[in-house]
Amino acid sequence: MISAPLLSIITFLPLLGAGFILMIRGEEHDVARNARYVALWTSLITFVLSLLLWTNFDRTTADFQFEEKVVWIKALGINYHMGVDGISVLFVLLSTLLTPICILSAWDAVKVRVKEYMIAFLVLETLMVGMFCALDFVVFYIFFEGVLIPMFLIIGIWGGPRRVYSAFKFFLYTLTGSVLMLLAILALYFQTGTLDIPELLTQHRVPPEWQVWLWLAFFASFAVKVPMWPVHTWLPDAHVEAPTAGSVILAGVLLKMGAYGFLRFSVPMLPEASAFFTPFVFALSIIAIIYTSLVALAQEDMKKLIAYSSVAHMGFVTLGIFTVNQQGIEGAIYQMLSHGVVSAALFLVVGVIYDRMHTREISRYDGLVSRMPRYAFVFMVFMLASVGLPGTSGFVGEFLVIVGAFQVNTWVALLTATGMVLGAAYMLYLYRRVVFGVMTKADLKAILDMNWREKLVFAPLLILVIWMGIYPPPFLDIMSVSVTNLIQNYDAALASAEGSHLTAFWTGK
Amino acid sequence: MMAMNIEYALPEVFLACAAMALLMLGVFRGNRSVRLVMGLSVASLVIAGVWILVSAQQGAAFGGLFITDGFSRYMKVLVLIGASLTMIMSVRFIERENMARFEFPILLLFATLGMLMMVSANDLLSLYMGLELQSLSLYVVAAFRRDSLRSSEAGLKYFVLGALSSGMLLYGCSLVYGFAGSTSFDDLGRIMAAELLAKGSISVGLLVGLVFVAAGLAFKVSAVPFHMWTPDVYEGAPTPVTAFFATAPKVAALALFVRVLTDPFHDLMAQWQQIIIFISIASMILGSLAAISQRNIKRLMAYSSIGHVGYALVGLAAGTEEGVRGVAVYLAIYIFMNVGTFACILCMRQREKMFEGIDDLKGLSKTNPLVALALAIFMFSMAGIPPLAGFFGKFFVFMAAIDAGLYTLAIIGVLTSVIGAFYYLRIVKLMYFDEPSESFDRPIGREMGAILFGTSLVVVLFILILSPVVDSAGAAASSLFTG
Repeated sequence: MISAPLLSIITFLPLLGAGFILMIRGEEHDVARNARYVALWTSLITFVLSLLLWTNFDRTTADFQFEEKVVWIKALGINYHMGVDGISVLFVLLSTLLTPICILSAWDAVKVRVKEYMIAFLVLETLMVGMFCALDFVVFYIFFEGVLIPMFLIIGIWGGPRRVYSAFKFFLYTLTGSVLMLLAILALYFQTGTLDIPELLTQHRVPPEWQVWLWLAFFASFAVKVPMWPVHTWLPDAHVEAPTAGSVILAGVLLKMGAYGFLRFSVPMLPEASAFFTPFVFALSIIAIIYTSLVALAQEDMKKLIAYSSVAHMGFVTLGIFTVNQQGIEGAIYQMLSHGVVSAALFLVVGVIYDRMHTREISRYDGLVSRMPRYAFVFMVFMLASVGLPGTSGFVGEFLVIVGAFQVNTWVALLTATGMVLGAAYMLYLYRRVVFGVMTKADLKAILDMNWREKLVFAPLLILVIWMGIYPPPFLDIMSVSVTNLIQNYDAALASAEGSHLTAFWTGK
Repeated sequence: MMAMNIEYALPEVFLACAAMALLMLGVFRGNRSVRLVMGLSVASLVIAGVWILVSAQQGAAFGGLFITDGFSRYMKVLVLIGASLTMIMSVRFIERENMARFEFPILLLFATLGMLMMVSANDLLSLYMGLELQSLSLYVVAAFRRDSLRSSEAGLKYFVLGALSSGMLLYGCSLVYGFAGSTSFDDLGRIMAAELLAKGSISVGLLVGLVFVAAGLAFKVSAVPFHMWTPDVYEGAPTPVTAFFATAPKVAALALFVRVLTDPFHDLMAQWQQIIIFISIASMILGSLAAISQRNIKRLMAYSSIGHVGYALVGLAAGTEEGVRGVAVYLAIYIFMNVGTFACILCMRQREKMFEGIDDLKGLSKTNPLVALALAIFMFSMAGIPPLAGFFGKFFVFMAAIDAGLYTLAIIGVLTSVIGAFYYLRIVKLMYFDEPSESFDRPIGREMGAILFGTSLVVVLFILILSPVVDSAGAAASSLFTG
């Protein structure tokens, strides 16, 4: 075990880098170059440090590890409490992995206000990592909502033509959900007398009549963040207008915050309400999977298509979480990781041709394979991973979720599985239109294949997708004890619930 | 009981003497001495502030008219911080805008003295006296730019409406005195408690008196439905005066409001709680909706301050020690956010002319990046986005509301804060997403730079000083409930 406050270092190192960039003065050109390098090195060092979490993580316990606890507001018993368990550690790694990739992908693409751009991404990294590590509700909330500020600026400053609309929509949608969660957190505090997450997970039980309201308030926040149908409409707008790296972070990490919230708070802390609302979540998830897949099929804009596919894929995640069995939850987490890598990569894939042609319209492209064979290969791998082809990471997650769903309800599993078919339809259709066929557009004739920097960006993601697809045990091992523990607590809570009247109410008995 | 005990009021006595001495200085040396008088005024405010901060004594002076306790000390320090910072900001402005007359700092000094009296008032009479000393000075400074139509209009409007509210307050006080037979807060509390205990209800005269007192005070804090003067006065008054209005008097009036309701009228909580809940909800809703269509940044800040008062009143509506603590934390944060924002507004000058339209902020991030960054920080903070300070203000008042079971109030409160976020974000949008028009004048001045830097640092790093602030606010609140 390491005695240094590793989590705090990982969390706040990017902030330090951002502060350093803020100090850079001089010619605009030099400032931009220095800012890029500082940001890249900071995020790389952060990533390397976060690998220590991976290597030193004790896979045999469900307890929180690398814990740090400092008294913050004594009057309320609020601590600066950090720690990771098998559920959150992988998301920390996902965040630290994607940030340097984002910075690298924006190397040439972002030309204006490079300094501010790099600061925004480093601040964002601090907030993301902090959110997954936070073990106190107030600390969690600060990181959770703080994310809005840099993301609002990233969409609004470096975004596309409708960036202002999208940035506001993103901000206000998410804020509305979050403030309700804040009230729920406060109510939880007065119900239990603590805001310490491990304590809330293990020691306290919220009265059932309170659970419903708290669950709904949490749901308001997390469902917007995931996003679940029908509050997903901010996502396509935000994705389309955000710069490439913004979309990558948005799809890769920010969407996971909502699902993480369900997994960390809603299910274990409010088990009876979760059981009560499970059919509701299933219904919304299935609608998300089928409906948004159909919507994706009709899109003309590549980013929008991938954005809708994200909603569908996150539908698998929410469904998996609320099956509350080993396969379902592990599948959901796996799907989140896989989606974090794959959708991030797909946005980067779109970014590559967007940087060259400055359009994302599908009909403006055809036959790219003849000019860009390497690009076509990379695109294909991630496209197939998104479809869920066996051998890629996407398959493992979706398969586990469906297995989990089968144990709960055959119909749910069946409808979920149609999502995989539809996913194949829209992704293959996209790929055929953009990559295959004969190149007829005159302005595409001079398009260049990927340069070394772009290959460098894709290489780690490519390896990860294949590795996660072929040999999932390292990833499943790290989470399985925590997941088992979560399910045991959940089942025990439900079993001990006296006359679990909430569930009875739902089924009309 | 009837002892003078003047040692409890020494900082105020000092401030009064200093103000009169500076008045003499100004009279003898004329308007050449503006800078000197200004500097000495700020110095005496700072001295008074430090004095209050270090002296830990508690007790009543002037035969129980004036009380010094933890609550009054906390609020006085806030008032003095707000007053001295806004005074520093106004130096350059009054010199540029031909307002450099020595009466200006003196009037602000007297207004501040009035506020300190308000915060320490322990009797309906000293309450009224402090309030009037403050108001009369402020009526004059609102109209300080005599040759400007808008400034004179603002002063007149403020005076007429302020007089009306003072009248209501006085009428309420007389009713309370008539039915209770005392003006002292201590006696009033005892009498009402005894009456409630004996009869189980309270006489109608006292209730009407309470309503009038509350209405008069609601006017002073510019809570809906007594807010009408605020936008016009904010817009018309010279900008540094507006900055002053928005900070110190708000704190003093809210502190007075809190003391009056929780001390003498404590046992009538069931009655006044409804009033406070109503004006709080109305202020939050109006503050967030009406600000959306504003084009003038000072008007926008007026509606923003109405909204903020609504949030602070959420804490008072809870009526608990936690609620008062929330109000205290909120006000501390509010002071810094507002001083900072008005410092930014004072930087909005092009070619020696002040600009007040929010569209003039377009592209500020490219022309004056540091001012834009500071203003963006204040706007995000006012919108209540963590980790900035404004979030914690809301956090503590809503915490008190939830604890007191006021769920509807809390839900309306957070939803209006989302609506409010829209217009704060719009300013960020203008500065960061739009193309610049013309650069503002530079340099902004050393003292402005320092204030901007200092206040934005407080707002950003508030998480680090949160614990001591909460502790002292908690101590302030508990002194009100135990003492």
